[in-house]
Amino acid sequence: MTTKEIGGLGHSVKRKEDARFIRGKGQYFDDIVLPGMLHMEILRSPFAHARIRSIDTSAAAALPGVVAVVTGELMAQHNLAWMPTLSGDTQAVLATDKVRYQGQEVACVVAESPYVAKDALELIEVDYEPLAAVTSPQQAMAPGAPLIRDEKENQEDNHVYHWEAGDKETTDRAFAEADRVISLETFYPRCHPAPLECCGCIADVNPATGKATIYLTSQAPHAHRTLFAIVAGLPEQQIRIISPDIGGGFGNKVPIYPGYVVATAASLLLGRPVKWVEDRTGNLISTGFARDYHMRGELAVKDGKMTGLRATLLSDQGAFYADAQPTKFRAGLFHIVTGSYDIPAAHVVADGYYTNKAPGGVAYRCSFRVTEASYLIERLVDNAAHELGVDPAKFRLDNFVRPEQFPYRSATGFLYDSGNYPEAMRIALEKLGYEELRREQAEARAQGRLLGIGLASFTEVVGAGHGKEYDIAGLRMFDSAELRVHPTGKAILKLGVKSQGQGHETTFAQIVAEELGIPYDDIEVQEGDTDNTPYGLGTYASRSTPVAGAATAVIARKLREKAKAIAAHLLEVSPEDVEFEAGRFFVRGAPERAKTIQDVAFASYTNLPEGMEAGLEGVHYYDPPNMTFPFGTYAVVVEIDRGTGQWKVRKVVAVDDCGTRINPTIVEGQITGGLTEGYAIAAMELITFDEEGNCIGSNFMDYLIPTAWETPEFELGEVVTPSPHHPLGAKGVGESATVGSPAAYVNAVIDALWHAGVTNIDMPLTPDKVWAALNEVGLAE
Amino acid sequence: MTQVASESGLHTVEVTVNGTPRAAAVEARVLLVHFLRQSLGLTGTHIGCDTSSCGACTVLVEGVPVKSCTMFAVQAHGASITTVEGLAAGGQLHPIQQAFHEQHGLQCGFCTPGMMLTSVALLAENPSPTDEEIRWALSGQICRCTGYQNIVKAVQQAAAELRGES
Repeated sequence: MTTKEIGGLGHSVKRKEDARFIRGKGQYFDDIVLPGMLHMEILRSPFAHARIRSIDTSAAAALPGVVAVVTGELMAQHNLAWMPTLSGDTQAVLATDKVRYQGQEVACVVAESPYVAKDALELIEVDYEPLAAVTSPQQAMAPGAPLIRDEKENQEDNHVYHWEAGDKETTDRAFAEADRVISLETFYPRCHPAPLECCGCIADVNPATGKATIYLTSQAPHAHRTLFAIVAGLPEQQIRIISPDIGGGFGNKVPIYPGYVVATAASLLLGRPVKWVEDRTGNLISTGFARDYHMRGELAVKDGKMTGLRATLLSDQGAFYADAQPTKFRAGLFHIVTGSYDIPAAHVVADGYYTNKAPGGVAYRCSFRVTEASYLIERLVDNAAHELGVDPAKFRLDNFVRPEQFPYRSATGFLYDSGNYPEAMRIALEKLGYEELRREQAEARAQGRLLGIGLASFTEVVGAGHGKEYDIAGLRMFDSAELRVHPTGKAILKLGVKSQGQGHETTFAQIVAEELGIPYDDIEVQEGDTDNTPYGLGTYASRSTPVAGAATAVIARKLREKAKAIAAHLLEVSPEDVEFEAGRFFVRGAPERAKTIQDVAFASYTNLPEGMEAGLEGVHYYDPPNMTFPFGTYAVVVEIDRGTGQWKVRKVVAVDDCGTRINPTIVEGQITGGLTEGYAIAAMELITFDEEGNCIGSNFMDYLIPTAWETPEFELGEVVTPSPHHPLGAKGVGESATVGSPAAYVNAVIDALWHAGVTNIDMPLTPDKVWAALNEVGLAE
Repeated sequence: MTQVASESGLHTVEVTVNGTPRAAAVEARVLLVHFLRQSLGLTGTHIGCDTSSCGACTVLVEGVPVKSCTMFAVQAHGASITTVEGLAAGGQLHPIQQAFHEQHGLQCGFCTPGMMLTSVALLAENPSPTDEEIRWALSGQICRCTGYQNIVKAVQQAAAELRGES
């Protein structure tokens, strides 16, 4: 425990990084200008599926101010027309034979100004031969479907992978013995992380030294450096990735995009820095989308208890299999799908298919497909409760994993670390005034008003992860912290993760403040520059606190042990007689005989015990022993307008458990942000395609994001069950609300309509869809 | 109107930005946001979309919030513009900046300049807004990180400060 001034764990200290952002002095990559910098724009395919007969770049190349026009043919000469994806497939950098999705990169113009580059795009002539487009897995698997990846050896159809988890036999038996089986077919539509800052880079390959400095919107700069070395054939010690301030990531800035590769190649060939700034249309039409997951869930129930769960999944992978997820899991961590419930048998079957759409799928605060799994189980459980005539809260409480069952081994192999699910539910129901609300709902129904209460009790899994099981492109998912204390008692902490708004410059300083008693304001936190930070796997899937946070605690504690020995030397006692509290080392039994951490820091450079190495620093690479399991109960109250199908959110209660909270205000900020994304996904976000593969939802006029006007207010509560295996007991929270809340919103709408026979509406629950459902059951006005 | 175009096809646009006279010569088609960011080097104004939807580019032109991506630089000739860089005065943060900081009204910071400027314009017109009025005033701007709740609190804090109440 520390004082507020030191600012250790539990203090809602104000953020250090705010100082530059509120002054408009953030350094996002597009704010950076380098001497001689050129500008790159991308020509994108208008067709979803077409053969390229020819590309004529002569007019574009002749435009004054244009320095180069790059096509797939030119990239192919340098073996760079294709690149590996994070999922072991290949992806076109610039199209050569065919285009395989609308918006795919076909050519790049490099020019003296962005306006000229854009002008030149219009002068490039591409002769396309359109082909039939495939826009769903169902179409992709149909006999006679167009072969999308005809360039791939041994690829004879559009099937990408088959993956299973759990046990078929025990699950089949559970279903055979069940007295009720409830099933649900549902589609989690394609949506997009759409961070406010689009992707982009400045690639600066120094022609004299060969050093490549790449400013990159990257959530994982070290991994990107290694992949750049492998893909572009540049020596890794000559590559410096600098991930500067990032205007939101949400998983969108984990993949390597063609624009990065072409910009780097262009800089290498031209000997000048090349800046590529993606526009919003490019971002929505081509970068890592999320979800697009067809799911069938079945729940076996016997005597009111859940006895078995089946999930059958069809994944729309787009034209290239480029999921950003640990390689051993083709469906990410979907198999967390038993969620908060003690279900003894489960079986997950997943198949992925190519379609003529942008590649991706694992993004948007999904914790690697946990969003999909959580949605399925929470919708299924609510529907099951309704079908069985049991209150949805009670049905959950009757089936929760109980506190005494932890650590809990799930039917699909996860070992849940800690939890108290009934407590989260209890607090949520209390904040809701649940009993009163159900009474009000019944009264309202009698008056013809449609009130709904939706619950979702999610358990998710984050903190990837233990190296043997978790790797990205082979790189084990440890993470790192390098801590150095200066003579004047200040410190610098360098991390292998990379914040995109989560407040690491503050929260990670708070960890050191807790362990060493150095005020958090005296601790500088650095991330993102691969020349100056230890290797890490980056920030996504809520892993920073569980993994790099643990590394920080471990190294800080190691330094504390050394500091103790130095303090003992200064106090002329033996280290066993020295105690530590909040930045003071004192003699046991004589607390007035003390040295501060600042005294010790100075001494580590000026007055050391004989034989001790100078300095107070170290680095730790942390391999987590297990994942962490944040959880919570969310509750949403809605009222539906029978005339328009619009549903208004009357109340949202969110009770979260993320273990120890380093900075409660920052934790709450993560949750309200996620609850808003959950609302957006449930209510309005959608990328869809017509039968020709035209992308509908590739700009902010079509892809709807709620503003302050549409967004509800949220009431937050907390439970704290520390993770027993994490040095700080912290679990991570960045994605909990995006994972857990969509089902709560949808459950609320379905709850309002169940009595009339509506059992499902797929997201987004736009007014027209809700009205159509009302109309079908005679409730529309 | 700007000067008649010279042979170069460029127009000299003269504006007062944050109280300082600035000028640069640009093509007629150059957007105000690009003029501010590239010609004048004021990169606090951000670009988040290509359809005038997100409001990250919001600046004040004659005190009125304007999406600078939807205005040509030449249209701003002779105008007085406030960008985020002009909020602090003499090294002192504007109450809106202080409030965003104290209420945790920002996470990645990308929407923040636009949010603060629109809030300043709102408070100049309506010193005691309700939460609903704040949300309505900010309904032309997107934030992906915060969920808006703390932004509303920040505006309320700044409002109270400007009314002399804190």
